[in-house]
Amino acid sequence: MNIVYYILIILGAVFYAVGGLGLLRMPSIYTRAQAGTKATTLGTMLTLIGVGVMHPEWLPKILLIIVFIVLTNPVGSSTLIRSAYRSGVKSHTVLVVDELRPHYDKEAE
Amino acid sequence: MIANIIFFTLVALGILFAVIRMILGETAFDRVLGIDVINIIITGLLVVIAGILDSSLYLDIAIVFAILAFLETVVFARYLEGKE
Repeated sequence: MNIVYYILIILGAVFYAVGGLGLLRMPSIYTRAQAGTKATTLGTMLTLIGVGVMHPEWLPKILLIIVFIVLTNPVGSSTLIRSAYRSGVKSHTVLVVDELRPHYDKEAE
Repeated sequence: MIANIIFFTLVALGILFAVIRMILGETAFDRVLGIDVINIIITGLLVVIAGILDSSLYLDIAIVFAILAFLETVVFARYLEGKE
């Protein structure tokens, strides 16, 4: 059980470090948001499951935290990116397909 | 013990990168994104500290911290919307 715990928390911490690295190295806010959010969500899931393996009596609360993180983290990140888009933050490259723009153009008319 | 040291080193590395992004950040949204990532990392860190200290009190703190982190991100996003 100890080995599974150590492997899971170190794997989760690797995802935390990779998420931070993606946040630092990616070229624009849209790519940064996906690197940071996806990697840290997976890292949190792995770390919390590792602690749950070590302490089975805490499993209900830990599952509650996992469900909450999985539900709210992408929602919060996409809210932030939507408001960045509406504020006119430029992407680092030309957007070939931009399906959100026509909706906001219609709203402005 | 050595595994705990590796875990805390990697977590510190992740928080360090996010803090550097908050300092560099080109727009305000980058800084809020840095706060968001740091909050999620701290939620996982609190649960691991609960396991190490063998005290389930920290789990409640982690739940409340996760709720407040989500609220913080949404409030900042709505507040910054429409500004330059």
